[in-house]
Amino acid sequence: MTRLAFALAAALCAASPALAQTAVTASGGWTRATPPGATTAGGFLTLTNSGETDDRLVGARTPDATRVEIHSMEMSDGVMRMRPLEDGLPLPAGATTELAPGGNHIMMMDLAAPVIVGAPVPLTLMLESGAEIAVELQVVPPGAPKPAEAQ
Amino acid sequence: MPRARIAIAALTLVLAAIAGTLLWITFRGEDTSATVGGPFTLVDETGRTVTQADFEGSPTVIFFGFTFCPDVCPTTLYELTLQMQDLGPDADKADWLFVTVDPERDTPEALRQYTSAFDSRIIGLSGTEEQVAAMAKQYFAYYKRVPMEGGDYTMEHTATVFLMDSGNELFGTIGYGEDAGMALSKLRRLLRDG
Ligand SMILES: [Cu+2]
Repeated sequence: MTRLAFALAAALCAASPALAQTAVTASGGWTRATPPGATTAGGFLTLTNSGETDDRLVGARTPDATRVEIHSMEMSDGVMRMRPLEDGLPLPAGATTELAPGGNHIMMMDLAAPVIVGAPVPLTLMLESGAEIAVELQVVPPGAPKPAEAQ
Repeated sequence: MPRARIAIAALTLVLAAIAGTLLWITFRGEDTSATVGGPFTLVDETGRTVTQADFEGSPTVIFFGFTFCPDVCPTTLYELTLQMQDLGPDADKADWLFVTVDPERDTPEALRQYTSAFDSRIIGLSGTEEQVAAMAKQYFAYYKRVPMEGGDYTMEHTATVFLMDSGNELFGTIGYGEDAGMALSKLRRLLRDG
């Protein structure tokens, strides 16, 4: 009986990548309400890899947007440039990685509905290790800075 | 020994000539170089054609961007909105323009909706591809369409806020991420002296 339960549990674990162990934690997730008509939103959060193996943020999904990508953004000579991070975002062991305005962000495109203040956006982060992390992004007004509760 | 001295003298002459040429180029550049700003024709949020003449006689604040922008554009418009609240009725003295670099998607109506999330004095301007390109050129504003997966695209663009005086000459700029207090004092000065 016990053995069967074990086998069942093992099978379940193997079948569901969502149950993969991870030492990566996400905190302080937030995004901005979209101005009327806008169909893209940037998601920001802090990822901490407290484990001993490197991992990588390779994707994300949300029921609120058709497409979600990991993007880099940089300012050079006063010009804003944004690019998909084809290989994802490295999460080195023992390091904290910040996704913040003016830099790397979760790019949510083709939003199904406007993002509004008071309605957090559910987001599932996909890691290279197979682990998934579910987070909720708090919503601030359009263009507003990081909310105090996300500090 | 004299030979070395001659060599040094020759080198000095060459350097002086180079410096002189550079100075000449610099000063000549100042005389004839194109300046920031100039005539343009665009379309406002209501679909009405506007030109630089519609904004003459008062200071103008100009920012280039696009509504599909996830970060820099809403951030800049939000910060301008806060500063306009600080400036109060004084901000009425200036024209506040958000010029799209993505006229294909940013129609006048799209801009009207988008800018409604910010201070109501901020006006969106669109136009044809050519009109927008000509306007951006006047301001040395760079932008480029960057294709993404699935036929989609995004824009990279100059994120500087241009402060133009009532004679439509460059008064100053506010850079992305610039200290809010510094930006506010620049805007105050523009409204007072521009
Ligand atoms: Cu992006």
